[in-house]
Amino acid sequence: MFNSVLDAIVPMLCVTLAALAAMGAEAFRGRGERMPIGGLGIVGLLGAGISSALLWNRNASSFGVIVADNFGLFVTLVLVVVGILTILFSSQVVERDGLPAGEYYALVLFAIAGMMMMATASDLLVIFIALEVLSLAVYVLTGIRREDPRAIEAAFKYFLLGAFSSAFFLYGIAFTFGLTGTTHLDRIGSYLAAQSLSDNPLILVALGLLLVGFSFKISAVPFHMWTPDAYEGAPAIVTGFMSTGVKAAAFAAFARVFLSAFEPFSADWAPVVWWIAAATMILGTVVGVAQTNLKRMLAYSSIAHGGYLLVGLVAANQVGKAAILFYLLAYAVTNLSAFGVIALLGSRDKPNDELRDYAGLWQTRPALSALMTVCLLSLGGLPPTVGFIGKWYIFSAAVGAGYYGLAIIGVLTSVISVFFYLRVVVMMYMQDRGADAPVVQINAVSMAALTVAIVAIFYLGILPTRVLDLATQSISTIF
Amino acid sequence: MDGWLGVVIMIVLGVGFAAVMIGLSLLLGPKNPTPEKLAPYECGMPAVGDARERQSVKFYLVAMIFLLFDIEVAFLYPWALAIRDLGWPGFVQIVTFFLILLVGFIYVWRKGLLDWGSTARRPRRDVSSKAA
Repeated sequence: MFNSVLDAIVPMLCVTLAALAAMGAEAFRGRGERMPIGGLGIVGLLGAGISSALLWNRNASSFGVIVADNFGLFVTLVLVVVGILTILFSSQVVERDGLPAGEYYALVLFAIAGMMMMATASDLLVIFIALEVLSLAVYVLTGIRREDPRAIEAAFKYFLLGAFSSAFFLYGIAFTFGLTGTTHLDRIGSYLAAQSLSDNPLILVALGLLLVGFSFKISAVPFHMWTPDAYEGAPAIVTGFMSTGVKAAAFAAFARVFLSAFEPFSADWAPVVWWIAAATMILGTVVGVAQTNLKRMLAYSSIAHGGYLLVGLVAANQVGKAAILFYLLAYAVTNLSAFGVIALLGSRDKPNDELRDYAGLWQTRPALSALMTVCLLSLGGLPPTVGFIGKWYIFSAAVGAGYYGLAIIGVLTSVISVFFYLRVVVMMYMQDRGADAPVVQINAVSMAALTVAIVAIFYLGILPTRVLDLATQSISTIF
Repeated sequence: MDGWLGVVIMIVLGVGFAAVMIGLSLLLGPKNPTPEKLAPYECGMPAVGDARERQSVKFYLVAMIFLLFDIEVAFLYPWALAIRDLGWPGFVQIVTFFLILLVGFIYVWRKGLLDWGSTARRPRRDVSSKAA
């Protein structure tokens, strides 16, 4: 704001301050006393959103390792949306499940601060620190329902595999540093541009290790094993948060590292990412068909969506890079609201996330089932929702770059995925509500979140040009 | 790959030396085990009980909190050495760092994690309500 060295980290500072305030509030909160801690988080996130809007086109940079270029700011804004929706949906869940409010919101905010750092970092080591900040917060969030053995299992699996992937990533950084003598992305890029693979075959090792580390975080096949268990065991809204926020942050860093620092070797990594993308799309969709638990089904669906994002990364043309950004926003809004609905349907003792719990939801909760239908159709990529536009741009980027195979696999898996999305819709509208079906209650805050979500899905689906222009603008500055 | 030959020789020599030494002591060393010699070494004291005992989970929390504030000190030392070069910006940075940890400390304190004993999680607000 003042042309100072701190400019680029202002969005992160807002969120971190809100998180610290949440911790302080929790420390002085009496047992059973209610405090508007969630509102505090929203204020911090709005501050982050406003400051990133002010930083737009300014290319501010802090300490030489955090760069608030338009690419990072776009992802920051996506993360602000993710954070606000998460907090809005959480208000009811935190109260219902008796979660410690201050801890919960502080962890969400710390995770978002880490994600923002990851999206704007321009140094491999800072990316690693950001990765750890967000991962540690999300591990704890996964297991925040301490009495639930499934949540503990999920958190433990997530933690162990996440720690492994961090080790891979760090090893990749070590190799990169050993080869180039720097961890700064720009300098790595300019150093590598003058190298050839025959001189330095170890570049492949560094590339491979970094690729494994990122693939774990975006749960790409074959590093997706933790995803269904972690997503099923975590509270539904946390699942929504981590399937969108973590993915957005990891993809931003992934794109930055591979499209700027390792761009000179794109001919070497693109075929590998091609196969990962294809396998991710196919496995996510095919295994998703067999699921009867809605959270598990959406976990596989989120794996498949990671695959679509990878298609944009492989294509790596201007359309593809902008498409990644737009798709991240589209996917974040849609997936988060789908998990929000699942979270609202749960109760303290039972998650109510089996497919049969949704039978005849239309009769008792028409608005809720309508929103769920819109979300699922958007995930499936049907017009006029935002999912359609996102997929359309991704696949047109793939075709434009000559990757016809990937585009065909993508379209086919989208068609298959519509089957399992529609199965839920059929369940909601064409079955009778059972006598033992859960009673759903929605408070005003959740209602507001649902409204925001549905407006966003249709606005971005029908009038996407504005946001797409922003996405195109934001990639033109760095790549 | 010429540059690596020295490393290979170094590894071979290192492993070989260790293997030869251990082998020689196995072959030539006198073996006269007594119960005292076979007991695990505990600073020269007679061993008390088994090492596989159940520990209170509170130790875990204390260890975790210790780690956090230990890192604080670990940052403090290099800062203290370079204090003149870093000047006021460095001072502001380290104070910011401390303030963040201070919030954590207040949180830990208020949550009752520093209280030892069975009443560790005593209901808060008792004191203030009595005072009021």
